[in-house]
Amino acid sequence: MNYKSLSARPTSNHATLVVGGLTLVGLGVLLVLGLVVSPPDTVQGETVRLIYVHPASATMAYVGFGLCALGSLAYLWPRTRSLRWDRFAGASAEVGVAFCVTTIVSGSIWGRYSWGVWWTWDARLTLTALLLAVFLGYLALRRTGGDPVGRAKRCAVAALCCFLVVPVDHEATNWWVTLHQKDTLFRIGKSPLIHGWQLTTMLLSFAVFGLLFTWMLLHRLGIEALEDRIEEEGYVWAVAERRAEGVAQAPATGPGRPLPGPGLAGGPAAPTMRSAIPPGEGR
Amino acid sequence: MWRDAVLVAGKDLRVELRSRVTTNQVAPYALIVLLLFGFAFDQDPYILTHAAPGLFWVAVLLCALLAIQRSFGLEAADGARDGLRMSGLDAAGIFLGKALAVAAQLAVLEAVLAGGIVVLFGARLGHPLLLGATCVLATVGLAAAGTVYGVMAAGLRVRETLLPLLLLPVVAPVLLGATQAWLAAVGLSSGGGWRWLTLLAAFAAIYVALGVLGFGTLLEEA
Repeated sequence: MNYKSLSARPTSNHATLVVGGLTLVGLGVLLVLGLVVSPPDTVQGETVRLIYVHPASATMAYVGFGLCALGSLAYLWPRTRSLRWDRFAGASAEVGVAFCVTTIVSGSIWGRYSWGVWWTWDARLTLTALLLAVFLGYLALRRTGGDPVGRAKRCAVAALCCFLVVPVDHEATNWWVTLHQKDTLFRIGKSPLIHGWQLTTMLLSFAVFGLLFTWMLLHRLGIEALEDRIEEEGYVWAVAERRAEGVAQAPATGPGRPLPGPGLAGGPAAPTMRSAIPPGEGR
Repeated sequence: MWRDAVLVAGKDLRVELRSRVTTNQVAPYALIVLLLFGFAFDQDPYILTHAAPGLFWVAVLLCALLAIQRSFGLEAADGARDGLRMSGLDAAGIFLGKALAVAAQLAVLEAVLAGGIVVLFGARLGHPLLLGATCVLATVGLAAAGTVYGVMAAGLRVRETLLPLLLLPVVAPVLLGATQAWLAAVGLSSGGGWRWLTLLAAFAAIYVALGVLGFGTLLEEA
């Protein structure tokens, strides 16, 4: 096993193939329903079609950040402490950030045509931008490297701090007077504000974006696991590759004694990456 | 816990009194920031007077970054952080002590900055009770959140660049609440100032609780 064999290893499996296939079909149906079947709005016109992207993206961003907080809690809880939960939290946050960016961009386009501006300092918009900023900070913290256990603890506490913004952002339209419209679908004691194909398409958008979120999360989890393996074993592979190059370049004359190394009989065990690097280095 | 907090706060403040970094470097930096705001707004008295509360709190945030980096930078050399970890002091006490020391330094800087905006921007300071309560709650919130994120970044090579990225978005509610409360206190906004104190108090309470519970975990890995 070396870098090349690791990079050639796909993160796909049966689960990702099934979820990916369903997502592709769902996106196709959503495109047809959203752009062709669903009628334009009497007030908003064609811009209403952004409703099939924007609310579902925002919901998936919340789901991503929520799963990140849950994974972080599971990591901090001594009985469930495992680096798998840390990877789960990191992958969820990354996918959540991707959907949060989609939310802001789609909302900004809608705002340009409905309000006349790309951006306004409305409570919901400002809090969503803040949410994106705090989770970008969280992802930056994850990229600081170093000992995986130390990184996981730091990031778990940071994730819980970052998640505090989510409920405030979600309730912004209820707590403050904002330009952003209130809930369209889930209104306590009241029926949804949209009907017919618009309602069907919007509900479908939640399901399809949910599938897309799951597909991205599964792949990101695989990549996180591969990154941890490189962190753990990359040094050994790099040393083995250099030694193999040395053996290949050595003069062919005479029975040269093979260099010791991993995978070669008689050689001392090579240090792992963590033991080879002094504490604090590489951070 | 409180005894340990007083010990740690006393240690940090004693170091600051001897090195005089806050008074000789951070306070002049704060005044330079105010001068730069003046240049940026072209010495327009109307804008400067009306923006003074917001500019004051932006300057406080920038100074808080320096104070927090300094608070953890003190223990970077000579294995001082290992000494703190192995001292047997309660982790919650260490958190409260470091936050108290940062809060005390921020209080001094806020006094300097308040004088600065009165002299340079012609700002008014009315309703002393509301202003005082705003400063106390905002300072506690900033110090608590800063101490949590400060220890998070303390052991990392990229701490100088990472800390602002982590901390500034998180303390944005303090900037918003404190500015709005101040604007109400000096009569520049129509809203009631006291309701913004609820936001500042909630922020401070959440980060004090998070710090008391999580500081030990973070200190282990710093």
